[in-house]
Amino acid sequence: MSQSVRTSRPTGTPSWRLGPTELVYVALLGLVLAGGVLVAVQGQNLFSTANLVDMLTRSSLLGFIAIGQTFAILCRSMDLSVGYVVALTSLVAATTMDGDPGRIPLGIVAVLLVAGAVGLVNGLVIAVLRVNPFIATLGMGLIIKGYLDTQYQGPAGRVPSEFQQFGYTRIGFVPLSTAVMLALAVAGIIYLRRSRTGYHMFAVGGNVEVARMSGIRTGRVLVTAHVLCAMCAGIAGLLIAARFSVGDPRVADNLYELDSIAAVVLGGTLLLGGRGGIGGTVGGVLILAVLDTVFNIMQVDPFFKDVLRGVIIVAAVAIYARRQLDRQARRIRFDDGGGGGDSRADKSPPGAPVRAGERGGDR
Amino acid sequence: MNPRSRTADVLSRVFTGGTGTVYALLLIIFTVIFFVNASFLEPPSLMAFLKNAAPLVLLAIGQYFVIASGELDLSVGSLVGAQVVIAARLIDGEESRTVPVLLLMLAFGVLVGLVNGLVTTLLKVQSLITTLGMMLVLFGAVRFWTGGAPTGALSDAFRQPGRGGIDMPVVRQLPWALLILIGFVVLAIVLMRSSFGKTLIATGDNDRAASFSGVRVWQVRTTAFVLSSVMATFAAILIGGFAGVTAQVGQGLEFSAITAVVLGGVVLGGGRGTVIGAMGGALALQALFTLFNQLALPSTLRPSVQGVIIIAAVAYAAREHARPRPAKPPPKAEQSPRTTAITN
Repeated sequence: MSQSVRTSRPTGTPSWRLGPTELVYVALLGLVLAGGVLVAVQGQNLFSTANLVDMLTRSSLLGFIAIGQTFAILCRSMDLSVGYVVALTSLVAATTMDGDPGRIPLGIVAVLLVAGAVGLVNGLVIAVLRVNPFIATLGMGLIIKGYLDTQYQGPAGRVPSEFQQFGYTRIGFVPLSTAVMLALAVAGIIYLRRSRTGYHMFAVGGNVEVARMSGIRTGRVLVTAHVLCAMCAGIAGLLIAARFSVGDPRVADNLYELDSIAAVVLGGTLLLGGRGGIGGTVGGVLILAVLDTVFNIMQVDPFFKDVLRGVIIVAAVAIYARRQLDRQARRIRFDDGGGGGDSRADKSPPGAPVRAGERGGDR
Repeated sequence: MNPRSRTADVLSRVFTGGTGTVYALLLIIFTVIFFVNASFLEPPSLMAFLKNAAPLVLLAIGQYFVIASGELDLSVGSLVGAQVVIAARLIDGEESRTVPVLLLMLAFGVLVGLVNGLVTTLLKVQSLITTLGMMLVLFGAVRFWTGGAPTGALSDAFRQPGRGGIDMPVVRQLPWALLILIGFVVLAIVLMRSSFGKTLIATGDNDRAASFSGVRVWQVRTTAFVLSSVMATFAAILIGGFAGVTAQVGQGLEFSAITAVVLGGVVLGGGRGTVIGAMGGALALQALFTLFNQLALPSTLRPSVQGVIIIAAVAYAAREHARPRPAKPPPKAEQSPRTTAITN
């Protein structure tokens, strides 16, 4: 979502420069091609139906979480509790439904309410009590973890087979869950681009003080972002329940919170907020999914996979950071305003919050 | 200074959410433990408490350097795990290999810290992502190397610092861990009082201002990461000696260390807080866990309490931090009438 980039691109910039979202998809394309070749060398086909289904199935779960995480990170916040929310809501879903098809709607409503409540508390703690988001959501995650560990020894509840379809149905080679994830992504993109609160999220992430002085109720925006984030994690919890047919507290051990942050950042969203978007995040999620699938086909040791993933995430962010530094060095800001591109105007946060997103990643 | 203002001074120190507060909290927790179980304050069990707390305090000191410089180190937990597994595999029960392996571990710790620091400072990757990547790499690499489960065994000499001590009359045993801890505490305090400590705080407070004043920000931050990894290495030596080798060693320690540091009044984002406060935070956290054991609460509730405390501590500090802000406008308001008076 490079809406902020377009507004003030100087005419002198070469037109071949890609926006961050486009770059993510170029990287994805390159990765798919490279992966396809590597897999083909081993005599297999990356684009066979089974492999495509595998890829897309992997992307849906992390996709839901990462879409939510994007809202939080855009507001210069983050949510470290999503992994535990996923586990909690999978249990809420499974125990509420309890094998009865008639209770499916009730289960879904319960999940969204519980997740929304967690997000609400997160948002309020951050916005009203002014607790650092890292600490607030880490603490919330720990609180949920303690509750889960004390309350549940293992999987619990039962999901009716009708709802399990959410986890297993396929339309062609696209799993239903992935289709829902993509639909949610589109809804999220429209929300961020067209709604007032969505726009305000960029402003709050760019510079919260400036946003506040421009008349934005920053607290409400932040709380909204966290509620949306937790609700997306709740949908991921529903998906877990549908796939496992039970609720499972142990899914929290999968470190989804860190994976989702990695996916968001891989998707070109600045960890410092104010710039990025869900389009890039979906690209980041797909990159991680393609990597996983390729590693699987090539039978890379699962532990070595972790090593590669760590290196790739850091390398990707390093490349983004390099690009942003380049851009900062070349760009002449305010060229139309007659202010000139002196170093001070270039470095200090400018007034307009949307433009503030244009700053490089060096704070 | 009259006694009244002195008590006010002490009180304000205790309630400002800084170093004083955490030690007041520690005192309260100790008092509660004492009422639950009076024998806790006898020297031997106090020694056992300090022995248990030593690794967390070391990690908190290391994490303090990084947080005070304005960054974050999420890799210490998996570094502790990696170091213990490396030690077990390389020593493999042979006493003669203890010292070379210890040196190797130290070198490995420095290397990890260097990579963390240089990637963060020179490649401009946010430390959250850098150290998250390092966490994944260490976690995966160690399991890849050992084939999933840790192999080998630690030598007795290696386990001494973590579990052994000097036999003494009053305290029964003076743990090596405590002596090591005291050594590092003194070193840390001296370091923070040196010019390095001052530049570290300046960097965390405002890195641009620091760099304009001639601080090499990248060097300071990289040093902080190296210090953190080295402290994690020593924590690993203590934990390995105390608890032995398992696949889960070190899990979640990074968050415990961050909790401890934040509990000690150090502000995430850098530039505020003292290393003594960070140590107090670690001790308070460990004391709280001890209290849990004494009350026979299920250990599964530990994370919940840890979560509530960390949020409460930071919210409390934020409240105090925010207080001076409303005081700013009045001088302005006061000023304007005066200026009008002059113009009149």
